[in-house]
Amino acid sequence: MQKYECPLCGYIYDPTLGDPGNGIIPGTPFAELAGSWSCPDCGADKEDFEPAE
Amino acid sequence: MSTCPDIPGADSPYRALPISDHVYWVGAVDWALRDFHGYATERGTTYNAFLILADKVTLIDTVKRPFADEMFARIASVIDPAKIDVIVSDHSEMDHSGCLPDVLARAPHAALYASPNGVKALTDHFHLAHPILAVKDGEQIDLGNMALTCLETRMLHWPDSMVSYLDADRILFTNDAFGMHYATAERFADDLDPAILYHEAKNYFANILTPYAGLVLKVLDRLQGLALPMDIIAPDHGPLWREDTESILGWYTEWAEQCPTTKALIVYDTMWGSTEKMARALAEGLAAGGAQPKLIPLSGSHRSDVALELLDAGALLVGSPTLNNNLFPTVADVLYYLKGLRKQNLIGLAFGSCGWGGEAVTQVQELLTAMKVEQVVDPLKIKYVPTGDVLARCVALGTQIAETLRARTQEHNDAEV
Repeated sequence: MQKYECPLCGYIYDPTLGDPGNGIIPGTPFAELAGSWSCPDCGADKEDFEPAE
Repeated sequence: MSTCPDIPGADSPYRALPISDHVYWVGAVDWALRDFHGYATERGTTYNAFLILADKVTLIDTVKRPFADEMFARIASVIDPAKIDVIVSDHSEMDHSGCLPDVLARAPHAALYASPNGVKALTDHFHLAHPILAVKDGEQIDLGNMALTCLETRMLHWPDSMVSYLDADRILFTNDAFGMHYATAERFADDLDPAILYHEAKNYFANILTPYAGLVLKVLDRLQGLALPMDIIAPDHGPLWREDTESILGWYTEWAEQCPTTKALIVYDTMWGSTEKMARALAEGLAAGGAQPKLIPLSGSHRSDVALELLDAGALLVGSPTLNNNLFPTVADVLYYLKGLRKQNLIGLAFGSCGWGGEAVTQVQELLTAMKVEQVVDPLKIKYVPTGDVLARCVALGTQIAETLRARTQEHNDAEV
């Protein structure tokens, strides 16, 4: 599954890991994250994320 | 945690300085600082904290902890620190938050505010029992007879960063933005040499804000849109901007845009003079081709001086000898530092002399690639001492890079018109 990177702080959203600290279970694709989800490290908006290389 | 410093007596040399109708500067001057987490600070620095004498007595940021006495003495010259009602942390880094636990020990009833990310960061720093209140982007903190409006500036330069605006005195408190490491007895920029202000503000931008240049432009746009009347821009380091708020805002726009230029930085070190000969020949070629080369020998230059010079450069040429099959240590230091700063719009070249192996040139090439520096010519690696032919090749490569720089700059300027 495609990973996504925060352009502000470099955090990588890895769908295989999810974001358990914010209730996102492992296996959740980036597209299924709510629009209100934000970077757990710096708070950047979901819409600012870019596909990671 | 160590014990809270005693409040200095009336014989303390430190006094608060009024900067507007309701606000006093109560910070500290660190004349001796020469290294700020790897950034050389030859002029020292200041840690600016501000006391607002509103109905609710308010402290904006604190100072680095070894300077707690100085800050408390300045506060005590105006008001008993126990009377502080509100503390606002615009930035969680310890040169500004370091005395928060001491202030809370003196004023246990005070309300401590930070951005939502600041709440997390301060919690992870100080593990306080005292509650920390989140103030969201655009929200106001009521100080009774006036208000403080908080605007988040995430990643400028930490996730927690915010600025706060005091409408009553038209002051924008900007945490690290618009600051510089410059210890002075004067508190206002218009009392200081503009050339030094430009140099040190640029130095600060280059070493701290370059990775977030795109965000700087967004914040500048937002500030312009808000059109807040600003009599004073009050950063957390260095002098405050009063008469000349437009100049620092203009400089930030210039530095954040990172437009292509024809300045070419040649950063190198050398073991027996061969990589240096190549560097000097490249400079001749760059100058002949119409670029402005600048050589930086790493044997006598600090990484943060390289970052400063790179801010307005269009090309980065890096020369390294190979030492025990690896990058020369000074070159490794600088390249890893620059990689983190993510300067945009650079072209470059890896070069160097070696006795055998020659791995360093390949390693430079790989690091430049990772830094997204476009390498318009192939790396140049030679054995031992350069011949006349090699130096002629360096001159030709320099000229070729200069021509590329001029074309890119011209293209950019044409697009701007």
